[in-house]
Amino acid sequence: MSASNKPVVVVIGNGMVGHKFCERLMAATSSFRIIVFGEEPRPAYDRVHLSEYFNGKSANDLSLSMAGWFDEQDVELHIGDPVREIDRSAKLVHSRKGIVQPYDMLVLATGSAAFVPDISGIEKKGVFVYRTIEDLDLIREYAKGAQNAAVMGGGLLGLEAAKALLDLGISNPYVIEFASRLMPRQIDSAGSHILETRLRKLGLQILLNKSTLAVEGGENIRSLRFADDTSLDLDMLVISAGIRPRDELARLAGLQVGTRGGILVNEKMQTNDPNIYAIGECALASGMIYGLVAPGYEMADVVVSQLTEGNKSFTGFDMSTKLKLIGVDVASFGDAFVGEPDSRTIVFEDRHKGIYKRINITSDGTRLLGGILIGDAAAYNILLQTVNNRLPLPPDPEDLVLGSRGGAAAGAGVMDLPDEALICSCESVTKAAICTAVTENGIETVEGMKKCTKAGTGCGGCVPLVKDLIAGTLKANGRYIRNVICEHFDQSRQELLDLIKLHEVKTYDEVLGRWGKGDGCEVCKPAVASILASCWNDNIQKQSVIQDSNDRYLANIQKGGTYSVVPRIPGGEITPEKLIVLGKVAKKYNLYTKITGGQRIDLFGAHVGDLPDIWEELIEAGFESGHAYGKALRTVKSCVGSTWCRFGLHDSVSFAIEVEERYRGIRAPHKIKGGVSGCIRECAEAQSKDFGIIATEKGWNLYVCGNGGSKPQHAQLLATDIDAATVIRYLDRFLMFYIQTADPLTRTATWLNKMDGGMSYLKNVVVEDSLGMAAQWEKEMQTLVNSYKCEWKEVVEDPALRQRFVHFVNAPRKKDPSVSFDNMRGQIKAKEW
Amino acid sequence: METNITSYNKPGAMAGSTPKWRFACQVEDIPSDGGACVSLGEEQIAIFNFSRRGQWYATENRCPHKQQMALSRGMTGSMGEQCEPKVACPFHKKTFSLVTGECLTGEDYKIRTYPVKVKEGKLYIWV
Repeated sequence: MSASNKPVVVVIGNGMVGHKFCERLMAATSSFRIIVFGEEPRPAYDRVHLSEYFNGKSANDLSLSMAGWFDEQDVELHIGDPVREIDRSAKLVHSRKGIVQPYDMLVLATGSAAFVPDISGIEKKGVFVYRTIEDLDLIREYAKGAQNAAVMGGGLLGLEAAKALLDLGISNPYVIEFASRLMPRQIDSAGSHILETRLRKLGLQILLNKSTLAVEGGENIRSLRFADDTSLDLDMLVISAGIRPRDELARLAGLQVGTRGGILVNEKMQTNDPNIYAIGECALASGMIYGLVAPGYEMADVVVSQLTEGNKSFTGFDMSTKLKLIGVDVASFGDAFVGEPDSRTIVFEDRHKGIYKRINITSDGTRLLGGILIGDAAAYNILLQTVNNRLPLPPDPEDLVLGSRGGAAAGAGVMDLPDEALICSCESVTKAAICTAVTENGIETVEGMKKCTKAGTGCGGCVPLVKDLIAGTLKANGRYIRNVICEHFDQSRQELLDLIKLHEVKTYDEVLGRWGKGDGCEVCKPAVASILASCWNDNIQKQSVIQDSNDRYLANIQKGGTYSVVPRIPGGEITPEKLIVLGKVAKKYNLYTKITGGQRIDLFGAHVGDLPDIWEELIEAGFESGHAYGKALRTVKSCVGSTWCRFGLHDSVSFAIEVEERYRGIRAPHKIKGGVSGCIRECAEAQSKDFGIIATEKGWNLYVCGNGGSKPQHAQLLATDIDAATVIRYLDRFLMFYIQTADPLTRTATWLNKMDGGMSYLKNVVVEDSLGMAAQWEKEMQTLVNSYKCEWKEVVEDPALRQRFVHFVNAPRKKDPSVSFDNMRGQIKAKEW
Repeated sequence: METNITSYNKPGAMAGSTPKWRFACQVEDIPSDGGACVSLGEEQIAIFNFSRRGQWYATENRCPHKQQMALSRGMTGSMGEQCEPKVACPFHKKTFSLVTGECLTGEDYKIRTYPVKVKEGKLYIWV
């Protein structure tokens, strides 16, 4: 069938639901031609996460379809061109730009507009609604001159808008709510109290029971006047007091609408014209307007089913919801408000931490009816499943909110859910579908599951549950998932390290021969190399081919295939003479120079064949390897400390040098960075390092497991006011514990995050010696410290090792002819690849 | 001097000449269970000494992902029950079969492979 005689489905509206309808219809069949008219100037975007627009996300980030999706899918999209009239008798739509488009089936997905109450002065400048990216652009522009700004509406959308005010840096942000509590549709008064307290701490001022009479001012808004004779001075007002279905086009076309708005539809989402459907927030289905995205998607599915001769119908939707509002978890599920005598209520309230949990159970205590969670909604998914699937409650139902005090987890586990339990309500994925994907398609990761079933691709709320189901199914299939290194070893890194130590194995080949299979790979080779180095501290050049490329050439490979050279500059302290040497070497070998983030100097662009000569000159001048290429100690950054600084309490530079020289060269599961600050001002940024040492009046505070990088994490306090010798002892223990137990390529921060018991456990092990390992670890560390040798010095002095640093083994003096450089600001720069 | 990066699509690596056994280097120039690069005419050939299995492999030295002359510096190993010999590019760990040249990390790259001959301690490549 050619495109021209396929039946035509016209979709009016390209919001989230309209877009989902196109996706679903295209996925189900190719027997329709789809033509979409959208009012907004851009294709559908994620309105649910609109407030992230003020938080760094761009309009593109929020877009729902990749560029080119519509072309690829052969869906005709007219954006910025709303339909202005439907001619039902001729089955035509007229667009604003003058397109006249016949249809066979028409789908109205016109969505909703912000509900703007009829208050005098509401038209003044500085009053906005919060609905589209264009609205947000206007708000952002106006907010530049605003000190006092308020959101009218303390519901779900209003609090989202309030977050936007916070993100915009408004000095006095307010939330004004007509009802006596926040989120009146979702939570009760006690829950609202807790939420208010948490939001006030974040700087939001909350006014309840406020009925607004007028917006006052001249051309621009100046203040609001309320029914209780009070008023509030304002520069800006954002209205987010509810939604109004966009049914004007349907009214004009003579379709039936509800008395309070909304296009009337039956269970098949059909309007009174059987060729016209309405879905999403414009539809009045089973007596309700559904203002969430998941029921809208369900409606889209129903229409797709109708068009493809299915028989799905829409009979209402679970409006349970969980969100993070301004950083506070808020969830409401099942029947959140039902009270006695129809049910019994269990409430847990912790005003100190700002946590409120309420569950409603049947009078006989056998089933869960619904509830509310504020401040901690971790249990939401499983509680919602318990309601929806009528799962039996534990003998002490309070365990559901308090956690079992006997140790075992309370309530039903994910694996107890029935097969038909809906896990991802956005994409209608059941537990059975997820478990089948694991068992039959071999899916083992959340990412894989997203691709395979689309579960977790909507709001993302079900991802933890999906993760648990994957793990649970693998376990049920007898696939106990250990962190084995790779396909060649059935051991975890820690297990292999124990074996290697116990049997005193010193080469990769022997490790592979004893415990592995196959020929190894790029994962297990460097992992075993790291273990061997941590255990025996032999020069890694003895087994150079099992090292990652950087360790094999003792330098960092860079774009174009040249290497960078980083000599150690302990504590960041360097003499003028040494600086001059670095400059001279860089000039001689035509290297690009840059100061690193770790207070040293990186020399880029070295040919592999030049590395031994470069190092010979550096070593001659007193430098040694900086191990920038290794999973090893990098730098211990310092501030200048008490030697020069008028605030300094102790000599942070000397201590940093001592620590850096102690741990230099020691191989670990990942790189290690440290810092020493001479006072509380923390100029060395030590709390962003794997270990951080900060001077106090009485000694030093020791912090561990911090991280910069893509997921920054502050280091946590391990010990307070300890002397320098104790710092070293604790560091010895901490580092050996990390080296011996972490998975490959796991930084200390991640290692701690995965550790059962977390920081208090680590403290017990390191400070209290709860494992009785302290003496052994200190001894092992001392052995490593004593056996330190500069790797580069050994290479430079050994002709056989030197010989390996060539690009062509059959032409040792010839440099790689494919290397070439550009120039930038008077230095070389690698060619773009 | 810039190497012509389009040579991959040409019928033979040595542009314009018919393939034959060419002397590359001594056996001991290539580390055990590792690789090294030789210069043959205009070409860079990576040679791998799979000494665990007594096998030799040769491929082009260029990783097709970012056109970097680096495969000879990569770690070798094997994949799967059949122990398909492979090398991982040091830049982004794309791995390639040393037998077929196929990319084993599921991407649409392929590297050229060459026959290797060992004779009296010398390595020859059919190129």
